[in-house]
Amino acid sequence: MLAFMIRRLLQSILVMFVVALISFLLFRFVGDPVNQMVGIETSLEEREALRERLGLNDAVLVQFMRFIGGAIQFDFGISYQFKRPVAAMIGERFPATLELSIMSAIFALFVGIPMGVYTGLKRDAFLSKLFLTVSLVGISLPTFLIGILLIFVFAVQLQVLPSFGRGEVVDLGFWSTGLLTATGLKALILPSITLGLFQMTLIMRLVRSEMLEVLRTDYIKFARARGLSKRAINFGHALKNTLIPVMTITGLQLGSVIAFAIITETVFSWPGMGLLFLQAVQNVDIPIMAAYLMLIGFLFVAINLIVDMLYVIVDPRIRVDSKQAM
Amino acid sequence: MSQPILSVRDLVVEFPTRHGILTAVDRISFDIGKGEVLGVVGESGAGKSLTGAAIIGLLEPPGRVAGGEIVFDGKRIDNLDEEQKRSVRGKRIAMIFQDPLTSLNPLYRIGEQLVETILTHLDMSRGEARSRAISLLDEVGIPAPETRIDAYPHQFSGGMRQRVVIALALAGEPDLVIADEPTTALDVSVQAQIIQLLKRLCRERGMAIMLITHDMGVIAETADRVAVLYAGRIAEVGSTRNLVHHPQHPYTFGLMASIPSLDKSSDRLVQIPGSMPRLTEIPPGCAFHPRCSKRFEPCDRTQPSEYETDHSKVACWLFDGGGQ
Amino acid sequence: MSDAAANRDTGGRSLWARILDSDILYSFKRSKLTMLAAAVTLFYFAMALFAPWIAPQNPFDLAGLNLLDSLTPPAWQDGGMQQFPLGTDDQGRDMLSAIMYGSRISLAVGFASVIFAAVLGISLGLISGYMGGTVDSVIMRIADIQLTFPSILIALLIDGTVSGLLPSVAREDTAFWVLTLSIGLSFWVQYARTVRSSVLVEKEREYVQAARLIGLSSPTIMARHVLPNVLGPVLVIATINLALAIITEATLSFLGVGIPVTQPSLGTLIRIGNNFLFSGEWWITIFPGIALAVLVLAVNLLGDWLRDALNPKLR
Repeated sequence: MLAFMIRRLLQSILVMFVVALISFLLFRFVGDPVNQMVGIETSLEEREALRERLGLNDAVLVQFMRFIGGAIQFDFGISYQFKRPVAAMIGERFPATLELSIMSAIFALFVGIPMGVYTGLKRDAFLSKLFLTVSLVGISLPTFLIGILLIFVFAVQLQVLPSFGRGEVVDLGFWSTGLLTATGLKALILPSITLGLFQMTLIMRLVRSEMLEVLRTDYIKFARARGLSKRAINFGHALKNTLIPVMTITGLQLGSVIAFAIITETVFSWPGMGLLFLQAVQNVDIPIMAAYLMLIGFLFVAINLIVDMLYVIVDPRIRVDSKQAM
Repeated sequence: MSQPILSVRDLVVEFPTRHGILTAVDRISFDIGKGEVLGVVGESGAGKSLTGAAIIGLLEPPGRVAGGEIVFDGKRIDNLDEEQKRSVRGKRIAMIFQDPLTSLNPLYRIGEQLVETILTHLDMSRGEARSRAISLLDEVGIPAPETRIDAYPHQFSGGMRQRVVIALALAGEPDLVIADEPTTALDVSVQAQIIQLLKRLCRERGMAIMLITHDMGVIAETADRVAVLYAGRIAEVGSTRNLVHHPQHPYTFGLMASIPSLDKSSDRLVQIPGSMPRLTEIPPGCAFHPRCSKRFEPCDRTQPSEYETDHSKVACWLFDGGGQ
Repeated sequence: MSDAAANRDTGGRSLWARILDSDILYSFKRSKLTMLAAAVTLFYFAMALFAPWIAPQNPFDLAGLNLLDSLTPPAWQDGGMQQFPLGTDDQGRDMLSAIMYGSRISLAVGFASVIFAAVLGISLGLISGYMGGTVDSVIMRIADIQLTFPSILIALLIDGTVSGLLPSVAREDTAFWVLTLSIGLSFWVQYARTVRSSVLVEKEREYVQAARLIGLSSPTIMARHVLPNVLGPVLVIATINLALAIITEATLSFLGVGIPVTQPSLGTLIRIGNNFLFSGEWWITIFPGIALAVLVLAVNLLGDWLRDALNPKLR
């Protein structure tokens, strides 16, 4: 098992390396950093001097090393557009995105899993068919459209929930949270549902199909042949075997939630990293793009690694070195 | 014989499909005596597994029991509701399947699975159930059961796993065990061990076994009586000795003749020409008549009834009127 | 199986008769919902194809627009006009026509990107599976790395990068191709993997080894034997992909990095309309939104049915 962990770790490092490489290439070769930073009147000599000072004439490998060195210390340079350190800007917006992502993940899990279990166990019930229809809609509607529709109904027509911003936030050290105020909580509702709806339908369908698959296995057949109660079979055996693969896939989903936050933040003008990234793409603000990429890359790799480790802990077939030959 | 533990009368199992209703089991009848081993033999698709599933009430829809009766220990069980059927399963009738690896939940220790089954059927404390589980493992021949009880299924070899499966089936102290191809997935050397185990358990516990298999060798070793199934119908039922040495039905005769023997020398393997018809193409009259060298006038028009001979009960026109 | 039995299976019926009697068509006719979905999808195709002839107005023709008509509500509301059944936007564009033309672009990008992803993915899958070795490892490594990230992010990234590399004047004209490239590149992996595993299975089959012995070249073997076996799963992936591609294009357009406003797709229309949601002109966003939702829903239903129909395990 140790070999497995080391292999996964090396794999992760490889992926991070590739991400860093892509970020760096983006950083260095898309557009011209110098031209982005100076005005039109700046003379050629001054541009050259700037280029020299920024180390842009050094060997590419050296610049790459410098890039990675900076990244490890959270230094990603200065934003072209805002003229502020990128790391600070991202740091400010990080809590907003994270809170939103976690809230939506909780929504997706706590609604999706029970719905999935229900539709898996009671295939022909009316409620199951209803849930499945809702799930189909959930998968078909693009996230931004869901957001717009929710805004239309709850903010424009009914006027009970806000349509933009985080409401009042409370600063706790380096973190700012919207969970401690009434307006903050209200502001979280629509965006969380918007972000979480797609995940919720995915989870529901996954749980359902895994459940149906498990219920067809021989060990469930044998359990029924042994006369075990329905409850023992459905919740003791079937559920446990269903949740293992669901857990891994959901963990991987958490990463994509953070990416999809870009859309939700745009619709609700939520001051998070995603919105920042989008604006950076529109304005070709490379430092922010590169930094966001590195951060997201790191998050994804870390999440994948953790999920893999979790799988090992939870599935005895992988965990226990089979003491065979009996 | 004294009242049989299981009595099946005119059992019919059907499958509605979009092409019409397929009859997979067509009015079969047989008995199993207390403590007896009945072998149910036939080719794949003959309806053996479906019969077993119907008896224990686990037919997968759209399959359904469409006729006949199943009487267990004097009481009808085919017309019970689901909850009543469940109380019979495991406790009075148990069933084991072909592949021991997929029969066990890989995420639970075998001790947990055993204790759960024991507590479902018998009233005792957890500690007592655990002791009982250990003695069950011992009974089926698992060495060092006190330690092995906490192992996971994948930590056992194939033969040992099947022993665990048998232990699980015995946990409720059933009177009848339906074994559906219990040795087919195992190595030949291990097969013999499992067969021996089943015979011993049958003897020591007074338990009846319905042994479903396509392997005549296993039947010859283990069964007291044999029922031969062909295309969903019973061709012949009788004691093992009689069927092996004096097969009456042409199909049974062909089956016995086709078993290669180490002490007989022959140039070629004997084969019954043709193959068993698919469910959708069962010929009128006797299902075997297209392949039968002895067929005559009524065989292609009317299904034969069962006739008693000195050796067995045969469903063949040749025996109409008291024997050939 | 005896010869008689084999003949009985085809029974000398024509291909058409066999298709009509097949399990797939049966399950299609059984499900009213699927037939409805297919009808809706066909309707969109027709609308997209014939838009220039059946649309009341060409919304891209700036000369035909009249600013005085802008922000007209739908015909059934106060202030609505008969000639603009679904209202107009801020430029005076007829919403109905805009939706028709917009669907055209949405469908076009969707199809183009799916075809691009499929061709790329199938090719890479064939090469990877057949050649094995280092080539295989490299391609699969790239696939794994790409799979770590959600496709929307990849599409966004490629889109942003390529747009950044192009001079700003060219951005509008090339938007269609940039989008197709971005979305296509974000989807190829699934095709490649499926095809690759099929190739790995078929490679070991005797008839492939026999073909090799006769001297047939690798591409021929791959095309003639492996490809037909793979088409089923690929078709299912493609249908589901189509819905996802349409959504991705709409999302990118909504975010402002997709199809520009001069020739808007459904996503762009929604983006335009979003600005007017609070001032009461809801129809500019809601109608294109409904059009988009219905299209994707129909394609998804078709994909679902196709997957179930082609899945041997569920039969």
